[in-house]
Amino acid sequence: MEKGWPMAKLESSFRNMVVVLLVITLVASLSLAAVYNVTKQPIEAARQAKKEKAIKKVLPVFGQLEEEAVLPPTGKDPVVVYKAFNADTLVGYAVETYSDNGFGGRIQLMIGFLPDLSIYNTAVLKHMETPGLGDKMDVEKSNFPVQFERMKAESFPLAVKKDGGAVDAITAATISSRAFVDGVNRAYETLKAKGDKQ
Amino acid sequence: MEYIIIIISAIFVNNIVFAQFLGICPFLGVSGKLSTSVGMGGAVIFVMTLATIVTYLIYQFILVPFGLGFLQTISYILVIAALVQMVEIILKKVSPALYQALGIFLPLITTNCAVLGVAILVIQKDFNLVQSVVYAVATSVGFTLALAIFAGIREHLELMGVPKGMRGVPIALVVAGLLSLAFMGFAGLV
Amino acid sequence: MNRLEYFSRGLLRNNPVFVLLLGMCPTLGVTTSAINGMGMGLATTFVLVMSNVVISLVKNVIPDKVRIPAFIVIIASFVTVVDLVMAGFAPALHEQLGIFIPLIVVNCIVLGRAEAFASKNTVFSSILDGLGMGLGFAFALTLLGSIREILGSGAFFGMKFIQGDAILLFVLAPGAFIALGYLIALINKLRKV
Repeated sequence: MEKGWPMAKLESSFRNMVVVLLVITLVASLSLAAVYNVTKQPIEAARQAKKEKAIKKVLPVFGQLEEEAVLPPTGKDPVVVYKAFNADTLVGYAVETYSDNGFGGRIQLMIGFLPDLSIYNTAVLKHMETPGLGDKMDVEKSNFPVQFERMKAESFPLAVKKDGGAVDAITAATISSRAFVDGVNRAYETLKAKGDKQ
Repeated sequence: MEYIIIIISAIFVNNIVFAQFLGICPFLGVSGKLSTSVGMGGAVIFVMTLATIVTYLIYQFILVPFGLGFLQTISYILVIAALVQMVEIILKKVSPALYQALGIFLPLITTNCAVLGVAILVIQKDFNLVQSVVYAVATSVGFTLALAIFAGIREHLELMGVPKGMRGVPIALVVAGLLSLAFMGFAGLV
Repeated sequence: MNRLEYFSRGLLRNNPVFVLLLGMCPTLGVTTSAINGMGMGLATTFVLVMSNVVISLVKNVIPDKVRIPAFIVIIASFVTVVDLVMAGFAPALHEQLGIFIPLIVVNCIVLGRAEAFASKNTVFSSILDGLGMGLGFAFALTLLGSIREILGSGAFFGMKFIQGDAILLFVLAPGAFIALGYLIALINKLRKV
C-alpha cells in the first residue's frame, strides 16, 4: 500500500456527505451534457449514413429522393416512403418499414420496390434477433432475403409456407421469418393504399 | 393474449439467464443450495418489479420531457441502488420475518445486471407501463425458475464423480449450457 | 510488490474472467464473434482505467459512508461517455453490443477494482491496475469470441474459411456456457502445471 496522502480523509458528517454527492452528480451530469452535445452530430450522421446506404442498396441507381411519412393500413407507427427519381422518371420506392413481431422486439427494414410494385431488394436496418438463427434475415448472412427479389405480391403470396404463403422460412427461425414477411407486407400494403388514393 | 405472450416469452423462450445472459453472477454465486436460491429469487422478483416501475416513470416523465435521455444509465443505477436500500430499511421495520428471509440477498441485487437490464429493455422494447410490469414480473419469475432448477442439479452434482479439472465452476457452466439447450426447445411456443 | 506486478497480474494470474470469475454476463453475452469480444473488452478497459484514475484522485474528499454511490456515479458517467462515443463513431459495433454497453456499470470488475484498489492507491498504480485488469478482460473475451466464431461460424475475425454453416450451437446461447466451461477447466489445468 502507498503512503497516505498529506490530506486526511474527509469526515462522514451529514453535511459533507450531501455536499460531496451533490458536487459529484452535478459535475457528472454537466460533463455528460457536454459529451452528449459533441456526439449528437456524429450519432445523427451515422444514422443518416446507414439509412442512405440502405436506400442505395435496395433501389436501382437514382438521382434524387423525395421523403414522405405515411401511416400504414396496419400498425401504429408511420412508415417512411422514399420516392426515387432519375431526372423526372420514377425509379422506385424505398420503404422504411418495421415489424413488432420479431423474436427480440421490433425489427426495422428498408424494402425497395420498382414502380410496378415488384420488390427490388431488401435491407435490414435494425434487429435484435438471435445471432446464427434470426439474424439470417440480413442478406450478408444468408440467402433468405434473395427469394423476395423481383417478386410481386400478387404472384408471390407474402407469408411463410407454414402459413400458406410462398416464402421459405429460415430454418429454426420461423418467428423471425414471419416478422420479416410482416415488415415487407406492411411496406407493400402502404404503397398499394397510397397508390389507390392518388 | 398479448400479456400471455409476454409472460411465456419472458419465462421460457427468452429466459433472462439462459437466453439473454443477464444475472449470471448471482446465478453462479448463490445457486449452490435450493433454499438460498429461492430466497434470492424472491428478492429479485420484488426489487425488479419495483425498479422497473420507478425507472419507467422517471424515463417517461423526467428524462424524455427534458431531453435528458443520455442520463438514462446514470439515473437508473442510482435509483436502483437507492431503492434497494429503501426496501431493506422498510422491510426491516414492517416485516421482520420477510426481512429475515430476503435481507441478506438485497445488497447483492444492486450489482445484479438483470435488474438494470430489464429496466433498460422495457424502454428499448417500447412497452407501456402495464406491459413493462408484466414483463418485469415474468422475467424475474424466469430468473427464479432458472436459479431453482440449477441449484437442484448442483446439489446432486456435489455427490457425483466429476473429473478433477471440471469440478466447481467449469461443470456448472456446462450444466448451464445443457439447460440453456433444453430451454431452446421452448422457442416454438410463441 | 513491484509496480509492474499491478499491471501483469490482471492479465493472467488474476485474470478477471478465468480466475476471479467476474463480469460473466458480458463475457457470455457478446462473445458471438472475436471482434465483438474485443470491442466489449476495450470499452470496459476504458471505463476501468478512467474510473480508476478519477477515483484515486478524489478518494480523499469522499466521505467513507457515501463512497459506493459516489463511485457508481463516476463509473456510470464514463459508461455513458463510451456509449455515446461508440454510437457516433462505431455504430455497427454499438448495435452488436447493444444492452451490454450500459450494463458495464454493473460489471462487478469495475466497481470491484474501484473499491479494492483505486480507493486506496495512487493514480499511477491505479492506471496500471485498471489497464492490467481491463486488458485481461479484453483478452479473455477475444479468446472466447474467437473460439465461438471459429467453431460456430467457421470464421476468424469475420474472415470465413468454411462455406455454409459450422457447429451452429457455439454461436447460440448454450455454446457460450459450454465453451466457457471447458475453457476455464483448461486454464485451471494449465495454471497448476
